[in-house]
Amino acid sequence: MLLRAEDLSKRFGGVAALETVDLELERGAVHAVIGPNGAGKTTLLNLLSGIYRPDGGEIFWENESITGRAPHEFAAAGIGRTFQNLQVFFNMSALENVMAGRWLHERHGLAGSLLRLPALARAERACRDEALALLEGVGLGRWALARADSLPYGALKRLEIARALAAEPRLLLLDEPAAGLNAAETRGIDELIRRIAARGITVVLVEHNMKLVMEVSQHVVVLDYGRKLAEGAPRAVSRDRRVIEAYLGSEACST
Amino acid sequence: MGSSGAAQPSGSSRPLLVLAAIVAVLPLGLPNAYTYEIAILVGLNAITCVGLNLLVGYAGQISLGHAGFFGLGAYGSAILAARYGWPAAVSLPVAVAAVGALAWAIGRPILRLRGHALAMATLGFGIIVSIVLATEDRVTGGPDGMAVPPLASFISGEKTWYWLVGGALVASVWMALNLIDSPRGRALRALHGSEVAAGALGIDAAAHKLSAFVLSAVLAAAAGGLAAHYAGFITPANASFLHSIALVTMVVFGGMASTFGAVLGAAVLTTLPQLLASFKDYEMVLLGAVMMLTMIFMPRGLVPTVERALAAARRRPE
Repeated sequence: MLLRAEDLSKRFGGVAALETVDLELERGAVHAVIGPNGAGKTTLLNLLSGIYRPDGGEIFWENESITGRAPHEFAAAGIGRTFQNLQVFFNMSALENVMAGRWLHERHGLAGSLLRLPALARAERACRDEALALLEGVGLGRWALARADSLPYGALKRLEIARALAAEPRLLLLDEPAAGLNAAETRGIDELIRRIAARGITVVLVEHNMKLVMEVSQHVVVLDYGRKLAEGAPRAVSRDRRVIEAYLGSEACST
Repeated sequence: MGSSGAAQPSGSSRPLLVLAAIVAVLPLGLPNAYTYEIAILVGLNAITCVGLNLLVGYAGQISLGHAGFFGLGAYGSAILAARYGWPAAVSLPVAVAAVGALAWAIGRPILRLRGHALAMATLGFGIIVSIVLATEDRVTGGPDGMAVPPLASFISGEKTWYWLVGGALVASVWMALNLIDSPRGRALRALHGSEVAAGALGIDAAAHKLSAFVLSAVLAAAAGGLAAHYAGFITPANASFLHSIALVTMVVFGGMASTFGAVLGAAVLTTLPQLLASFKDYEMVLLGAVMMLTMIFMPRGLVPTVERALAAARRRPE
């Protein structure tokens, strides 16, 4: 088990955004988290990436508790993510965004950085090549030197994925990667997720697009009002009576 | 390589060569010792601003007390040299290192907080420093100031100092540009772009803001120490709130997140009050007006605004 969460709870004021949710992420699989708006999906990702501290429960990364660590320590453990509302570095070029993603693998001393010692200059060239390859991998090669704020929306979604991949995560959390994209762009994301999974990276996908979820995931977790409603294989979950109720209302089931 | 915009300093050393050329050629246009003095003051403020820009423009933190570090560098080296007889070649680096350690001790608890905690803390710090320098008159000479021994016997006269400060400026700019274009610099810029995304990439926000703060304090202290040994006399005005505001205004006017903007801002706002002698009494008013007009008409600052305009003009004919 790559990651295990036990009894995770998160409250905002009086509102329980997530209540006693258990989660097990098997290595190498694509896990989807679905649920109506406000079900706690993004809250769950924020807990799994350390942005929120849980009010209750524990998170185990390879059987070691990482509960309460800082976000950058979650990243160092091997957890990467993208954001539902874009968090691109708009003050940099597309290429630099991805190069910034290499931070965990590009640590150099302050003196070397100030004096640009030969070792650093060499590492920078390698970093640049790797970032370019990643950009080409998500179809953004021709945008490499463009400022990020000049890229179209669909490209920014893929730029975030390339940046997250640059950190070489073992677990990648994707928060609505297809939101706001057209059908053709969504197919591109579909294919990209498959390629990521094929490289052995475990994926957690939060997504509203059911077609995408059904096609790429092996395991689906359904959240409703902050609680886990159901989980299992995509087909089984989509036939689950409680899931249909949550999505369509109980009336739909009785007819 | 390198596309348009201030965010892309990548790989090009041309602007640095331009700066070095300007420093090398400028003496041809300096007719007398007074103009040399202004050029040296520009250089010292520019070194401070290059450091401050790392903090303000890249780490996204405001310091309203950088003159405090400038003043401590100046007084630290002056006191060690004048009162304890240390050679200036030792007292200056020791004072600079001590200021760096002090900045680390101040910044470490504060930079864990979000928002403008650093602005408030440095404001208080700057005020405390100038009060202490003015009241501890047995050590500092009080409001009247104190005499400072020369840096070394062979370093005297405006011309020698010009080359020393000019060289220090070119070296500071070179190192700042190297840093910005290194993984650490990208981490800093990433924090400014999106702190939450930077964290998700393993970038420790507090640690990077702290290193930018310490680095900027070290450069301010070095410039302050040089200023003290150059002038041969220092007063608490070096550490005044007015000087702190002047430094921030130089960075904002020149252009945040632009190293050359910081140099240009220092050049313009150091020279202007000197040339327009009648302005000297209204320096605070002048700085306030410059700050307001910059914020209203070119919030990015001079250099980034001009760069964008040039890039836009270049694109249009196609």
